[in-house]
Amino acid sequence: MILAAESHGFLSPTGVEIVFLLTGLVTLGAAVITVTTRQLVHAALWLVVALGGLAVEYLLLTAEFVAWVQVLIYVGSVVVLLLFGLMLTRAPIGRSPDADSGNRWVALGVAGTAAVLLVTLVVDAFRTTWIDLDEPGGTTDLLGASVFRHWVLPFEALSVLLLAALVGAIVLSRKNGGAEAEPGAESEAGAGADSGAADRGGED
Amino acid sequence: MHLAYPAVLAALLFCVGLYGVLARRNAILVLMSVELMLNAVNLNLVAFDVAFRDALRSGQSFTLFIIAVAAAEIGIGLAIVLMVYRTRGTSAVDRLRDLAEPDAAGTAAETAEPADATADGTDATATGAAGPGSASKKAEATA
Repeated sequence: MILAAESHGFLSPTGVEIVFLLTGLVTLGAAVITVTTRQLVHAALWLVVALGGLAVEYLLLTAEFVAWVQVLIYVGSVVVLLLFGLMLTRAPIGRSPDADSGNRWVALGVAGTAAVLLVTLVVDAFRTTWIDLDEPGGTTDLLGASVFRHWVLPFEALSVLLLAALVGAIVLSRKNGGAEAEPGAESEAGAGADSGAADRGGED
Repeated sequence: MHLAYPAVLAALLFCVGLYGVLARRNAILVLMSVELMLNAVNLNLVAFDVAFRDALRSGQSFTLFIIAVAAAEIGIGLAIVLMVYRTRGTSAVDRLRDLAEPDAAGTAAETAEPADATADGTDATATGAAGPGSASKKAEATA
């Protein structure tokens, strides 16, 4: 990082900055369509555009590995999971008039206020900071060495977290939980609760 | 590249996600907006990591961890939304106002009262009554 002196002005952008700006406009537009469209499946597809645009931004920032992980995990699996969720909850195909809730204008006010405040603060704080993109900062080599040398413990803890989350998701989304496995048998058990509980206690 | 470009883009993306979380009605669309907010934070982390040339690459490592946690979060979140949809027949977040199962609690109280049983017996009665109650609720919702 070097300070952007008079040599780097906002009025004479470099090529990388122009590409970043255009990709950023596409990403932002796709994100806005994602949160405003009334067709639920289209929202998921526009989310693909937004996440892919962010992957391109990572590439422009020389963070290659993060960019490919973004493509693999977000575009590859998270969006597919979201589409599965939309289909399993029988989301309406086509326009649904009640996609937005009643507090839409409040949300617009909150988001607009936050945007104005954050952009003002960020521009004022970082308008002189310059990113030196000449040497790559995020190749798989560098990042792999860093993750497996300095961040091994969080990495392993994260693998346990992922395992626990996936087991939890399977348990939660089983078609019939233990209580509703056999409705007839369960209602019998409900009718003769005392004897059933006693029998089970005996078997155990 | 000026650091202001990615920082401003991340701030705007975060606010778009904030609007989506507050304004959307379908729970899965709320989850999508949460993903947008997480990605805005990721962009900030990567940009500052590249700008400050951190020796441990902590920004990019943390971005990888956030991506993994987001994958776990979306799996659990979708499972919860599916379960809510199965029992309540809707995934609209502003219709989920109850703090307890409305029908199952009523029938469980009715059936539990005459039976003077042990705690185990009452529990079995309550779960037995919850099945038909939620099934009829779902039938109403789909009809």
